Amino acid sequence: MTLNRRDFLKITGAGAAAALTGCATLPGASAARSHVVVVGAGFGGATCAKYLRQWGPNIDVTLIEPNDKFVSCPISNWVLGGLRSMDDITHGYDNLSRHGIKMVKDYVTGVDAAKRVVTTRGGATISYDRLVLSPGIEILTDTVRGFKEAEAAGKVVHAWKAGAQTAQLRKQLEAMPDGGTFVMSVPTSPYRCPPGPYERACMVAHYFKQAKPRSKIILLDGNPDIASKKALFTDAWNTFYPGMIDYRPNNAPLAVDGNRMIVSTEFDEVKGDVLNVVPRQRAGEVCALAGARNDSAGNWCTVNLATFESTTVPNVHIIGDSILAALPKSGHMATNHAKVCAAAIVELLAGRQPDPSPVIANTCYSATSSTTSGYVANVYRYEAGKGYVNQPEGGATPKGSELVFKYNASWAKNIWAEVLG
Amino acid sequence: MNKKTTLALAGFVGLALSGTAGAADVHTRLIASTCMSCHGPGGKSQGDIPSLAGLDKDYFVKSMRDFKAGTRAATIMKRHASGYTDAEFEAMAAYFASLK
Repeated sequence: MTLNRRDFLKITGAGAAAALTGCATLPGASAARSHVVVVGAGFGGATCAKYLRQWGPNIDVTLIEPNDKFVSCPISNWVLGGLRSMDDITHGYDNLSRHGIKMVKDYVTGVDAAKRVVTTRGGATISYDRLVLSPGIEILTDTVRGFKEAEAAGKVVHAWKAGAQTAQLRKQLEAMPDGGTFVMSVPTSPYRCPPGPYERACMVAHYFKQAKPRSKIILLDGNPDIASKKALFTDAWNTFYPGMIDYRPNNAPLAVDGNRMIVSTEFDEVKGDVLNVVPRQRAGEVCALAGARNDSAGNWCTVNLATFESTTVPNVHIIGDSILAALPKSGHMATNHAKVCAAAIVELLAGRQPDPSPVIANTCYSATSSTTSGYVANVYRYEAGKGYVNQPEGGATPKGSELVFKYNASWAKNIWAEVLG
Repeated sequence: MNKKTTLALAGFVGLALSGTAGAADVHTRLIASTCMSCHGPGGKSQGDIPSLAGLDKDYFVKSMRDFKAGTRAATIMKRHASGYTDAEFEAMAAYFASLK
């Protein structure tokens, strides 16, 4: 399959000329169409595709995604706790085509940034004027010795990408005898969803409290302390699950043995009945294919945060968990990266300057029991030379509440509708 | 609302400020869209989070000012409201009031 380039070269020429003259639109250019390819239909990519169509009526959008369904990482811990089912967090992509987005079910295997072409496993060659990469994370399974083997054998999962592994971990927890031990590891920062591991501990503890009250949880944290919402989680563990959660900071997992069911750290061999090892992560593979996984370690993508364009690869934008920035890696943030990116692309393709001072916000809820949640919320204002400046009064709640739990549930419905509706 | 005119105007004025009441300049459109991640697409919410679409402009501005000042009880909204200027409250209010 080959998508036609139509008059893309002509448009690009017009856009470049407009940019040189500073502003205004060249005669006739408003009728010309351009093509943006978005890779990855998660929180970031699907949102970006929608807003490109909404704000850029002259922009054709192709959204490439290998999966049939969207499975939400936020709320996936609730499945482990028994609060929600896999069906509740699984959504179709059917509505996206109503926005005029061309969905392509495929996996990108090549990016030629000079020629502005992506190629796919299915054999498609697709040209773009601008490319948006929103692949989420790649799990660095090699960083924990034995993980790949244990994962392949179906014995140990990370479940840090919601989907089959979420369901598998829930089954493992259901099969565990009362009095058993659940061992979970927390990767060193930066990783997807900073409060996620601690919410997961709450949700598993909630399930144990209901179904297997003699069971224990050992949390092996690669970080020196609870990385997010510390007061909230400490309060919840003491209040709802006293004595159940053994939290061990500075305990990065070095190896896992799925036969002996042991996680090894620098200090200990920790035995468990269910092992949930979450290795470190980096930007999704497609970022490397584009030459955009360009930080000093080659793990994350550095971008101009006012446009999310790569600092080194022109016409390639990266949004979501894959970027290197002083911003939390959350689905909510990805939706707002997507909006800044879409707004910037609309202006850039029209030969205008993008908003020089975008403002975005993060809202991140975590459930601490089946009826209580807490949150962290921040507003970030972009300033040239500084990046996103965290505005005053942002931060986390020290204690969960039933009202916040209701908002947490409502937030999930609304953000899924915002991304996919 | 004439989108083309607004966009062209925004381009000429450098679109740094969102003070023009009622005009969905790109800055206002962007910051309003970020509200929708919680309040639902088009400002229409499902569940306990309130909808923003069609809210009275003065009510919106007063609510945001009161959240920011801490005189209206809230969970997360003081943290959000504190990040925006009065001019942005006005612009967002006009934007959401215009949504059906």
